[in-house]
Amino acid sequence: MQIAIHSLPVLLLGAGKTLEITALAVSIGCILGLIGGLSRLSKNRLLRFLGTCYVDFFRGTPLLVQIVIVYFGIPQVMRSFQDYLVYAYGITPFFDNIPIFVAAVISCSLNSGAYIAEIFRAGVQSIEKGQTEAARSLGMTNAQAMRYVILPQAFKRVIPPLGNEFIAMMKDTSLLSVIGFEELFRRGQLIVGATYQAFAIYLSVAFIYLVMTLSFSRLVDYLERRLKTGD
Amino acid sequence: MIKVTNLHKHFGRLEVLRGIDCRIAPQEVVVVIGPSGSGKSTFLRCLNLLEEPTAGEVVVDGVCLTDPKTNINEIRQEVGMVFQRFNLFPHKTALENITLAPLRVRRMSRAQAREVAYNLLAKVGLSDKADVYPDQLSGGQQQRVAIARALAMRPKIMLFDEPTSALDPEMVGEVLAVMKDLAREGMTMVVVTHEMGFAREVGDRVLFMDEGKILEEGAPGQIFSRPGNERLQSFLSKIL
Repeated sequence: MQIAIHSLPVLLLGAGKTLEITALAVSIGCILGLIGGLSRLSKNRLLRFLGTCYVDFFRGTPLLVQIVIVYFGIPQVMRSFQDYLVYAYGITPFFDNIPIFVAAVISCSLNSGAYIAEIFRAGVQSIEKGQTEAARSLGMTNAQAMRYVILPQAFKRVIPPLGNEFIAMMKDTSLLSVIGFEELFRRGQLIVGATYQAFAIYLSVAFIYLVMTLSFSRLVDYLERRLKTGD
Repeated sequence: MIKVTNLHKHFGRLEVLRGIDCRIAPQEVVVVIGPSGSGKSTFLRCLNLLEEPTAGEVVVDGVCLTDPKTNINEIRQEVGMVFQRFNLFPHKTALENITLAPLRVRRMSRAQAREVAYNLLAKVGLSDKADVYPDQLSGGQQQRVAIARALAMRPKIMLFDEPTSALDPEMVGEVLAVMKDLAREGMTMVVVTHEMGFAREVGDRVLFMDEGKILEEGAPGQIFSRPGNERLQSFLSKIL
């Protein structure tokens, strides 16, 4: 108990990192997801194909693997390429490694974007066909119908699943511990390494996650209820 | 105003339209009747290309819709459509429903679009509902807003796809009254409906469709009192 209380400030700093990375990943994921989701709904076959590849890859492989590819795999390739440039053109080497924070944001955003793409796609498809037809019959282009009629309605409907995605991502960021990113779980690991108090510390870690996920899901419930009016 | 030549539409192996020929003059009110599944709605939806014809030619206001080079968005601005299920935009007020397309498509100024919208709301008898969302309106009121929304683009032609079929009986009259006014003002109208009273009173011409073809057409008096075609006779005997 004593040890748990003593380590609380350190853990809470980690929780802050967890929230920060989650918020960033889901925000960037929303942009990627909008692009990905609309691509998958596009009439253009190439766009649809690219969108499907993106979604399939990032939903079909573990986040853990994606994280190590971004942090360990890609820099290695970039260094080899740099070596070639140094050898062939005599440039001075400038690249060493991707900063850990950047790698964390990139991997989690790409992963989140793939899930959010599916959320947006489902949201857009859940809007009755009559809405598009009404918009098009007034002379709007496909893009105008999407922007002024379909997306505003779809955004309301995707709030609950987006909330779920946020909560899922919040928990999944614990995987960033493998590259040493000091979010909540990694902090816990480090404290356990020093104190050997696995039960107390990991229980505290779990409790902090629980407080964060529960309060966030309450927030989503509230938002959902407020936006229900006028739907 | 509208010229349809040998129009065919297939959905997969299902032939919905099997050779429609039809001309509609400016200011004419044409009522399309027929049993369900006869292709009435599909025919109507081919007139603004909500359905892509499989074969044949549709010319509206001198523009060939079936020509791939035609900008369909331009011609749709001239052809208003009213749907069976209203299809109002639920996230926008009655006024915003009406001003959206004039603002975004016609690039009207906000003040001008609002003025047009208020005038149209007055015309359909809903001046007091400008700031109300569709879910707070009755079916009849929603359909009248939908008519105003289509009229806001100042179309040359109005298409009505069973505009009263989703309404409670006591609300049918208010929608038909708006449509009668429009007809009286000289709007070119194509109306798919089961309202035979409306067809008889307002229609200049009635088309009877069955199994993807126009089987009989003529003035309402002739169609209703001296139906020649056997299928038309049996159809009328069932609904009148």
